[in-house]
Amino acid sequence: MSVTITTLADRTRAPETADSTLATQEYFINMGPQHPSTHGVLRIVLKLDGETIREVIPVLGYVHRGIEKIGEHETYRQFIHLSDRMDYLSALMNNWVVSRTVEMAAGIELNDRIETIRTIVAELQRIQSHLLWWGVFGMDLGAFTPFMYGFRDREFATDILEETIGSRLTMNYIQPGGLAKDIHPDFVSRVKDYLRYLKPKIAEYDGLISGNVIVQERVRDIGPMTVEDAVSLGATGPVLRACGMPYDLRKVEPYGVYDKVDFSVAVGHTGDSWDRYWVRVEEIRQSIHIIEQLLDNIPEGKHMTLKPTAKIKVPEGQYYSQMETARGVIGVFLVSDGKPDIPYRIHVRTPNFNNLWCATRIAPGFRVADLVAIVSTLDLVIPDIDR
Amino acid sequence: MDEQTLLDKVTALDSAVEKSRVTANRPAVDVTAEALVGFMETLKNTPDLDFNMLCSHTAVDWIKDEQFQLVYQLYSLVHAHHLQVSVFLPRDNPVVPTVSGIWRIAEWQEREVYDLFGILYDGHPDLRRLFLEDDWEGFPLRKDYKDDFMLDETKK
Repeated sequence: MSVTITTLADRTRAPETADSTLATQEYFINMGPQHPSTHGVLRIVLKLDGETIREVIPVLGYVHRGIEKIGEHETYRQFIHLSDRMDYLSALMNNWVVSRTVEMAAGIELNDRIETIRTIVAELQRIQSHLLWWGVFGMDLGAFTPFMYGFRDREFATDILEETIGSRLTMNYIQPGGLAKDIHPDFVSRVKDYLRYLKPKIAEYDGLISGNVIVQERVRDIGPMTVEDAVSLGATGPVLRACGMPYDLRKVEPYGVYDKVDFSVAVGHTGDSWDRYWVRVEEIRQSIHIIEQLLDNIPEGKHMTLKPTAKIKVPEGQYYSQMETARGVIGVFLVSDGKPDIPYRIHVRTPNFNNLWCATRIAPGFRVADLVAIVSTLDLVIPDIDR
Repeated sequence: MDEQTLLDKVTALDSAVEKSRVTANRPAVDVTAEALVGFMETLKNTPDLDFNMLCSHTAVDWIKDEQFQLVYQLYSLVHAHHLQVSVFLPRDNPVVPTVSGIWRIAEWQEREVYDLFGILYDGHPDLRRLFLEDDWEGFPLRKDYKDDFMLDETKK
C-alpha cells in the first residue's frame, strides 16, 4: 500500500502552457495572510481565470499554537484559559463547553443559579459577537459606518461583562464547578438598560444595511449552498441554519436553562450570503428575548459548588460533549487515564475549522469580490481554526 | 432508538464490529481498518441509522500499548443519535483507508490528523500538512515527540 504525500507547491503549480493564444491562462494568487478582509491571518490561494474563481485553497497554521499539545500538560482549570484563546469572540461559550465536559465526566453537581447566569452571559456574548460580525461585514463590503455602529453597541455589552468578569476578551469566567465570581450587584439593572437601548438599534441596522439595495445586490444569490452539501462539509451554526436546516443544539440537546426559555431558531432558505446575514441578525433578536426571560428570575445560591483548590478526579474513559457557540457547534473530546487533574488527551472540534471548507465548495464560479462577501458571512475567527 | 438498541443494531451489521473496548459516554464501537469504509458507508446509507454528519475525527496516541486509536464522532441530523467509532492501528504502520468519499469534511479532518499524528490515509485526494510547514519533521501530538522549542523537558 502506498500513500502519497503532497505539498502546497505541488498543488499550486501553474499549467505549463496556455491552451491557445487567445485563451487567458489560469493563475494562482495569494489572498492573505495579511489581507484586511480575511479577519486575521487566513491565507487563501486562489486559482483564477481572469477575475473568476476556479479553485479556493485555504492555507492554515499562521496562528497555530498547539493548544491540544499544551492541554496535555495543563490541569483542567488551566485549560479554560486556553479555550478563551481559540474563538475569542465566543470565549464564555468555549469556557462553558470545557467546563461542562469536565463536570459531566467527574460528576460535579451544579445549582440553578450557576446554570442561569451561564446562560445569560453566554447569550450576552452571542449578541456581542454577532454585533462585531455585523460591523465587520459592513466594512468588508466597503461601508465604514456599520463598523462604527457595531463596535459602539458592542462596547456596552463588553463593559457589562467586564464589570462582572474583570476582562473584556479572554474571559476565563465559567470554570468547572461554577463561575469564577458572582455577578456584580448592578449586573441585572445594567443588562436591562442595555437591552432597552439595543432593541431599537437593531431596527436601525435594518434601515442602514439589511434594506440597502447595494448590500442586497452584493450578497443575494452569492455562494448558495444546499443542505446536503452543508451537512457533508460539517457546517454548523448560522451557516447550516441558513441552508434551511433548523439544527441548533440549544433546542436539540438543551443545556444550561435553554429548555426553560422560549425562543425560536432562525432558518434561511437558499443558504446564500444573504440568508447567512439574516439568520445572524435574527439571532440577535432571539438572544435579547432569551435574556429578558431570565433576568428577573435568577435563583439564589452559591456561584461555585467546588472548592477552587480541589483536585478534579475524572474517571478513566473518553468523554465527548457539544455546545452551540455564536459560530456553530463546538465539541470537546476528553480522554482521561485516571490521573487526577490532567487529561491524557484533549481535542476540540471547533466550528470555524469545519465551516471554513464551505468556501472551497461555494466560491468557485464567483468573482474575487464575491469571495469577500462569502468569507465574511461564514464569520471566521482564525485562531479557532488553527488552535 | 435508545442507546442499547442502537448499539445492538450497529454491532450486528458486520462481524468486524464490536462493542468498544474503551469506556465512553456515548454509544461506542470498534471496527478493524479493513472493514472501516464499508461499515461507514452502511452507517450513512441505512435509513434508520442515517449518520449524515461527521462531527469530529481525531486520534489518541496509546504509546504504552503501541497503538493509535482513531476516533470518529458521528451524528444523525434525522434521528438525533450519536455514535463513536474507533479504529486501533499499530503504531509502527499507521495506515487506514480514507472516508473522505463519504463525508467531504473528512478530507480536512484527516489532513489535520496526518499533520499532528502522522496517520497515513490510503486513497486521500490531497494528503499534506495542514497547520505545519510542508518540511516539518515529526508529528507533534505523538507522545514521544520532541523538538528544540519545547521548554519543560521534565514534564514530558
